[in-house]
Amino acid sequence: MAEEAIIPGWKRWLEGVGDQVTFFFKFFRNIFAGGFEWSEFVRQCYEIGYRSMMLVGITSFIMGVVLILQLRPTLVAFGAASMLPRTLAVSFVREIGPVIIGIICAGKIASSIGAELGSMKVTEQLDAMEVSGANPLQYLVVTRILATTVMIPILSIIGDVIGLFGGFLALNLRDSMSYQLYFTKVVGSIDFTDFVPALVKTVFFGFAIGFVGCYKGFHSNKGTESVGIAANSAVVTASLWIFVIDAIAVQITSLLFY
Amino acid sequence: METDVRDEKNGHKQPSNNKNEVVIAIKGLKKSFGSKDVLKDINLEIKRSENVVVLGRSGTGKSVTIQCIVGLLKPDGGSLKVFGDEVAEMDDKELKQLRIRIGFLFQSGALYDSMTVRENLEFPLTRILKLTDQQEIDKRVEEALESVGLLDAIDKMPSDLSGGMRKRAGLARTIIVKPEIILYDEPTTGLDPITSREISGLILTIQKKYKTSSLIITHDMECARLAADRILIMEDGKYIAEGSFDELHQSDNKIVASFFKDIL
Repeated sequence: MAEEAIIPGWKRWLEGVGDQVTFFFKFFRNIFAGGFEWSEFVRQCYEIGYRSMMLVGITSFIMGVVLILQLRPTLVAFGAASMLPRTLAVSFVREIGPVIIGIICAGKIASSIGAELGSMKVTEQLDAMEVSGANPLQYLVVTRILATTVMIPILSIIGDVIGLFGGFLALNLRDSMSYQLYFTKVVGSIDFTDFVPALVKTVFFGFAIGFVGCYKGFHSNKGTESVGIAANSAVVTASLWIFVIDAIAVQITSLLFY
Repeated sequence: METDVRDEKNGHKQPSNNKNEVVIAIKGLKKSFGSKDVLKDINLEIKRSENVVVLGRSGTGKSVTIQCIVGLLKPDGGSLKVFGDEVAEMDDKELKQLRIRIGFLFQSGALYDSMTVRENLEFPLTRILKLTDQQEIDKRVEEALESVGLLDAIDKMPSDLSGGMRKRAGLARTIIVKPEIILYDEPTTGLDPITSREISGLILTIQKKYKTSSLIITHDMECARLAADRILIMEDGKYIAEGSFDELHQSDNKIVASFFKDIL
């Protein structure tokens, strides 16, 4: 009896995994299928990148300020106040910036893609595109996933710069450090092994955000509540994937560089 | 029988003018969802330039039939041939070519929300027919919108249109690629009687102007009366009656009579 109750759950889970793998291969096949939708790709880069810049900027700025204010008492207690720029730079560029920006973008972008494609499914727009002979995967999915894969690393770099600037302002609330000295310390403390692995993992964050948003929207049911479910599920799954990718990336980086 | 000729530019077959040519031939079509048999034994033939209306209660499988015709759903049994080719045996490329020759008007119009009416109509021209000449594209967009009386709304967003205007715009997008068959999924549902009559009139006008064959799924008896050359009544996954509007109006069958009870 218990087995009967469990098996359908596993079956559904395996079907879901199978669907995602199929969707993944369809995505790759459609990138090289010819007739790349450049105008839609550029539009998505604008929607995903430019329209998220304010949110990413404000969040990163606040994170920079908060981190300096939180770190300062501890470092001062150890007589290491001069280490504040270096500590902020390494922690922000390596870990906090990419992950926070990834989570913020999962909330904003994955939900937006999931809801948009979900509502297109409910209102039969996906079917209309398919029966017209056009390829909805190429027009809607490939462009969105590639746009997030390109734009999240760019947003992450912008977020890092703004976060470090926020740190500079916060540092000058209590102490006095010149702009030149602060950024000389910051730049001097970041090397290749801090910046590049962090940038590479944001590429995977971007892919996960776009892929999950598109998959959830494309595979939503045909009811209005499905749009909400698709959006919500996209945020939760994309956020989870960001932590999973981050954990894997840290292990790989540690093995390769430290 | 006339043979199809390939259009050199688009690679499409040129439509034949033979009015006796069967464009859709369905024999013993079956489709189930889980344990529910939605289509049990569907048999239907539609000839070139013929308007066939399917009447039936909700959930009897009318929409499933037209989704099988365009390959959105795969039948479980029977034969479904469009232009002589079995749809279930087509690969993706053949299915794409077939879909270019079939127009589909969805119940909601299914306009793409993020595009203006003009962009909605340009979409099939640039993506499917691969037209690049902007003057030719503009001409065809304006001509299609003029056919449905919606030229004034060319630069409006779908959210700015009324239900009837959305249906007209959807119809313009359907006819812009000059399909040989149009499948209408409840084209007048949710519209007031005057707009419904206008849409029914448009279906008739398009049939005459473009010589299209049409399969119209509807509950609207006025639409059936105005647009149908032949009517089929669907019940429990099968067609139970067939004839002209007047013939079915005289029917003694209880289910058929129930559709016509309010018609004088």
